[in-house]
Amino acid sequence: MIMPGRIGVVTFPGSLDDGDATRAVRLAGGEPVPLWHAEPDLRGVDAVILPGGFSYGDYLRCGAIASFAPILRPIVAGAREGLAVLGICNGFQILCEAHLLPGALIRNAGRRFTCLDQPLTIDNARTAWTSAYEEGQRIVVPLKNGEGCYLADERTLDELVADGRVVARYAANVGQPNPNGSARDIAGICNELGNVVGLMPHPEHAVETLTGPGDDGLGFFRSVLGALV
Amino acid sequence: MSGMTAATVQPYADQPYEDLGLQRDEYEQICDLLGRLPSDAELAMYAVMWSEHCSYKSSKVHLRRFAELPASDVLLAGIGENAGVVQVAPGLAVTFKVESHNHPSFVEPHEGAATGVGGIVRDILAMGARPVAVMDSLRFGDAEALDTRRVLPGVVAGVGGYGNCLGLPNIGGEVGFDPSYLGNPLVNALCLGVLPVERLHLASATGTGNAVVLLGSLTGRDGIGGVSVLASAAFDSGPDGTGGPSKRPSVQVGDPFTEKILIECCLELYDRGLVAGIQDLGGAGLACGLSETAAKGGAGMRIALDEVPLREPSMIPLEILTSESQERMLAIVAPADVAAALAVAARWGVLATVIGEVTDTGRLVVDWHGEVVVDVPPGSLADDGPVYSRPVHPPADREALEADDPSSLPRPATGAELRDALLQLIASPNLCSRRWVTDQYDRYVLGNTVLAQPEDAGVIRLEEDSGLGVALALDGNGRYARLDPYAGAQLALAESYRNVSVTGARPLAVTNCLNVGSPEDPAGMWQFAELTRGLADGCWELGLPVTGGNVSFYNSTGEVPINPTPVIGVLGVLQDVRRRTPMGFRAPGDAVYLLGETGDDFGGSEWAWVTHRHLGGRPPKVDLAAERRLAEMSAAAAADGMFTAAHDVSDGGVGVTLVECALRYGVGVRVTLPGEPFQALFSESVARAVVAVSPDHAAAVDALCRQHGVPAIRLGTTGGEDVVIQGAFSVPLAELRAAHEGTLPRIFG
Repeated sequence: MIMPGRIGVVTFPGSLDDGDATRAVRLAGGEPVPLWHAEPDLRGVDAVILPGGFSYGDYLRCGAIASFAPILRPIVAGAREGLAVLGICNGFQILCEAHLLPGALIRNAGRRFTCLDQPLTIDNARTAWTSAYEEGQRIVVPLKNGEGCYLADERTLDELVADGRVVARYAANVGQPNPNGSARDIAGICNELGNVVGLMPHPEHAVETLTGPGDDGLGFFRSVLGALV
Repeated sequence: MSGMTAATVQPYADQPYEDLGLQRDEYEQICDLLGRLPSDAELAMYAVMWSEHCSYKSSKVHLRRFAELPASDVLLAGIGENAGVVQVAPGLAVTFKVESHNHPSFVEPHEGAATGVGGIVRDILAMGARPVAVMDSLRFGDAEALDTRRVLPGVVAGVGGYGNCLGLPNIGGEVGFDPSYLGNPLVNALCLGVLPVERLHLASATGTGNAVVLLGSLTGRDGIGGVSVLASAAFDSGPDGTGGPSKRPSVQVGDPFTEKILIECCLELYDRGLVAGIQDLGGAGLACGLSETAAKGGAGMRIALDEVPLREPSMIPLEILTSESQERMLAIVAPADVAAALAVAARWGVLATVIGEVTDTGRLVVDWHGEVVVDVPPGSLADDGPVYSRPVHPPADREALEADDPSSLPRPATGAELRDALLQLIASPNLCSRRWVTDQYDRYVLGNTVLAQPEDAGVIRLEEDSGLGVALALDGNGRYARLDPYAGAQLALAESYRNVSVTGARPLAVTNCLNVGSPEDPAGMWQFAELTRGLADGCWELGLPVTGGNVSFYNSTGEVPINPTPVIGVLGVLQDVRRRTPMGFRAPGDAVYLLGETGDDFGGSEWAWVTHRHLGGRPPKVDLAAERRLAEMSAAAAADGMFTAAHDVSDGGVGVTLVECALRYGVGVRVTLPGEPFQALFSESVARAVVAVSPDHAAAVDALCRQHGVPAIRLGTTGGEDVVIQGAFSVPLAELRAAHEGTLPRIFG
């Protein structure tokens, strides 16, 4: 008998989308497992999601304090060994602050918080979190952030592109700038192994046609569950 | 010295009651009540608790109308509680309330609006509910006015910044512009919460020996006098038009992160049954929280003020007692549960301090460094404030305003003129796309938002399995109410009711925020009295309870009041949110109908305002019986899945409604309008909606309309890339979209 994949969802003080990530795992057929920021215990999960929100109030810098939380110790150690980790929005910021991913996320180019139904292009369908998609596939998921502008030095950006580590790009309309000024239209990237993915848009808000712009986001959660079988 | 002995020897005339906002006779009433002179701390407490904002002293005699409405079997808690609670299913209830934060939002737009959201969320939390959504109703001066460019972006960022950080979806509301709000914008915030019926908490302190626990932020000097100095007085019409810098310290400063962990902490305390009573600390701070809970519980309290954790150690008792520092709650906890409650707070990183206990003395006693600084009956603060039956008189210009009928205004007649008028209307600040605002709000968080802006109502799913959910709308029209406040309140109620019912929901309950000028001006007081009378009569006719609400007086700049603005929230229930009817045309080939009757209603209309800057005559004729028939039919149609789209007709008339339906999903429409084209396009007659029906349902719609007595006219068919008004004009969707969506970005960047 195959047990459903156990996916941990971390709650920090100030996490907001932990409930949505939990629902997404459940709808994709997995077993969500709550993880608590103050306890350095992964409870034997097969993969981890760092959800969106404002961990510790995003004081100092988005994700900066969370990157020192006790739960990050086993996550960072596990990630270096191949544990599948998805950081969404604030989770992406935490992964950058924890140096599991390169670069940083700064204030949107428009200086405002923006909530949009955002078309994305999947550039890399070989990661733990995107294998259920086709390369080049266009999906629509919500984007909502104030600090989602991805930034890295030119050499890092060149390497990310050359190594196929850009996981998803903002598919802007022709002639339109991307919604937050991200370098190279980057919406998400992965580490060299492809097990750690950081994503600024929110696939966990696109898992039901009733409440999302569609259910295009389910693929991220199905991908990791498929990879675990 | 702030102790009792010191206060009693102070000379009578030296007590600064006037600076604290108290009248001479009110001050004398306090002295009589106590049988001595009040201490400094007591005087400050009476000043805030007897302020207009806290005591409702001018409005009480009128608000009784709402309590006299027929009993509702779904109402679990009503007027007088932090928020009204209605049962929506066996064991399940929702609570909702709208409250104003107008003056703080003008003085400091970002913090004023942010703390407005924070305050209403804590009201909902205090009922034992998990907050699940917010909405807001905003009014500003003319969109192009310079000061609007200062106020609006700050208010929107404040509403968004706070709500987004709490993880609450913003599911709708309104933004309106009128010169009357230039020096006094309106920020009315609504919150919706959900609770199991048995967890309903009321704000009362009972059980002698129970601990009084202060949860949340440190207490600082922010917001002192917020309810008395800021909320209960009109702004001066100073040359800078900002109300003056002197009022800025009375605005509170928000920290949404602290509120978020406070919410989670309180919900865990409720789940584990660790609190016997709870109250939020907002306006009037501890003075209000302590006196109201003690008065409601019929108990006494002994408070050690030295225990209150302070941001500034030099604060004195009257400051600590009246501080409006945000993100604080007051919990009453049984002695055996104190250790567990403090542990829950510690787990969430929430500061929790035992500051006193419930007693059986019937007195609220506050100690400070071994001295008694307050010793009063709590009810004298909370319930025994002055009640005024203030003089009422219609405004002097009432008859002239009514006589200035819009029928004499030149009307567009040719196809080209009608086309221009429509484009001008859909691009006008009051009718253009709100995306510039609503894109700054998170509408997705929590994953239960079924409909949000620009839909007629916000729809939230409460149960994933059954699909049970609620619909909420918030509406008000100050121009209608300026022409006739009685009708204006009913028109606002009717629009909100219609917006909820076109989604297919069954309207269940009403909340309201009535924004008017000074109660000391007989014209302002008359407008307020007419608003309450109109709303109460309207609710009677629609069979809906008023579950609570808020009054905002002193919305004036100098002597000039705002248009009286009733903001009415209607909550409805959908048995299955999967059956809700959205507003937009989805597919080509659907039959389009206009439900309801169109008359010549242009008094207070958007057309008269936009094309002629005209406000006069009579507002649209109210017909609540027709509203009720339309609502019943909409609910039946949604339950049968009959409509592919339904959209309420209101400001701007049928032309604007058709454009909004078409732009939602980019599906055009071709219609033939009945009667005179100008009236058919732009009249604002009530009890109307545009609906789309798939061709195989057309016969059933006719039967349904006859059954419910709703007049229906087949207008045309969806499809194409244009909005075509046969025999008059057509406009490509791209041109409509550019006009509709371009306005706010052009003005606000």
